[in-house]
Order: sequence, then structure tokens, then C-alpha cells
Amino acid sequence: MVKLIALTPCAGLLPITHGGVEVTEVRPERLMSVAPYAGQSKATSAKLKEQIGEGLSAVMCRAGAVTWFGHGTWLVAGEVALDGVAAVTDQSDAWAVVAISGAGAEDVLARLVPVDLRAGVFKKNHVAKTMLGHMAVTITRTDTATFEIMVMRAMARTLVHDLDIAMRGVAAR
Amino acid sequence: MRITCPNCGPRDRREFYYQGDALALDRPAEDAGLEAWDDYLHNRENPAGDTADLWFHEAGCGAWLVVERNTVTHAVHKATLAEKAKR
Ligand SMILES: [Zn+2]
Repeated sequence: MVKLIALTPCAGLLPITHGGVEVTEVRPERLMSVAPYAGQSKATSAKLKEQIGEGLSAVMCRAGAVTWFGHGTWLVAGEVALDGVAAVTDQSDAWAVVAISGAGAEDVLARLVPVDLRAGVFKKNHVAKTMLGHMAVTITRTDTATFEIMVMRAMARTLVHDLDIAMRGVAAR
Repeated sequence: MRITCPNCGPRDRREFYYQGDALALDRPAEDAGLEAWDDYLHNRENPAGDTADLWFHEAGCGAWLVVERNTVTHAVHKATLAEKAKR
């Protein structure tokens, strides 16, 4: 039997640094999508709170391990069991997750993302489901000058490529 | 053109996929007859003025929206979740 070697979505692509902005890979242990059944949001929230210490976060927000992930859907970083109240899918291997940080991170993203991500309007733990170039992404501000970006795993190389070009552009100014 | 998604706020139109007249939500009864079904499937108004369409926030939150807009002035009046639209 061949022994297969598990690679992370951004293996061989990251880290990269240009002009004080750095992109590194984030490797969540476990990612579960949680979609509460009709009328079961409160019950789902209560069970999540018991199991991982946070209930369903507000729309466009992250709270602890729980990230709003679109209409009626949340992504939870951790193991959860929500039988009867929510549809749960293990998506651990489905997403490429990167962190972009540095004073110029906002300027880099401004070249690629059609949403205003400046600190005045897009604060810590705010989440935007939007586009980066032509890709659908989920962007979370995790700190003053740090964002987390998620794309479907198959888009990892394109994400890094687009970020790399925008970072070079900002660094050259 | 911008659409204000009830979940995400004002967003550029490139994030949305256009489906067509929101009439699609008014599905005839199963036994409504051929004429009603033919009308539902194939016939659409082409208004110069206010219209309501279905848009999908595809590169966003994934919600289906009913967007009310004006084809003459290009004003976008409002967007509501399709699941909350009156039927
Ligand atoms: Zn939306």
C-alpha cells in the first residue's frame, strides 16, 4: 500500500512577504459547517454554547470559534454534534485559509476586494462574504492589521498569486 | 449599480447573479391548468418602470433576493430576502 503524504492547501506556496506585508497559511484542525434547521436557531445556539463556549455569531461577525458563513450558515472551528437541530458537514479539508498582516494589508486588499475593509468600518471579528478578484471569499478581521481569508481549497494557488501581485504593487509605491 | 443585501449591506452588482422576474415565486397550483402553467413558465412583462426581479447573492452570503428597481431611472428601491417575500 502506498503511503500518501498529506499536504496543506497552501503547501509550497506560503509564506510570502513584500513591503512589510506577510501572508502565512492558517491550518484549522477542524471546520464544521452548521446550518440550523427552520426554527432551530436558538436550540442550535444553546448546544453550540455548551459544546464550544460560543453560540451562533451575529450576521457578518465571528465570535470565538464560530464564524458567520453566509445566509443561514456558520462555520465552526471544532468538533460539534447537533443532531436534530442543524445540518452539520465536516469541511475541514475544503478550505484554504491564509492570514495577511502588516500595516499595508488594507491597501493590498483594497486592490482586490470590492468591499470597504478599512478599520473604521470593518472592525475586529467583522466578517465579509465577498470577492477577491474573481473568487468568492470569506474575510475576517482578526486583529488591528491582520485579516483571515478563506477560499475553496482548489483556489489556493490563484489566491496566493493574486495576493502576491497586489502586495508587489503596494510595495512598489 | 449597487444592491443592498439584507445580510451584507450595499454591494456591487458583480457579486450577484440575475435570475429574472420575481413572478417565479408565484407558482400556480398543480391543477391550475395548461394555460396558467404556460403563462407562468414563458410569459413575462417587459416594463418601462418599476419591476421586481430575483437576484442571487452568489459571491456573497448566498441568499436569494427580490430586488425592486426601476428600468427607466435605474434606481434600486429595495431588496428583501426571497424567503420572506409575500406569496
Ligand atoms: Zn448577501
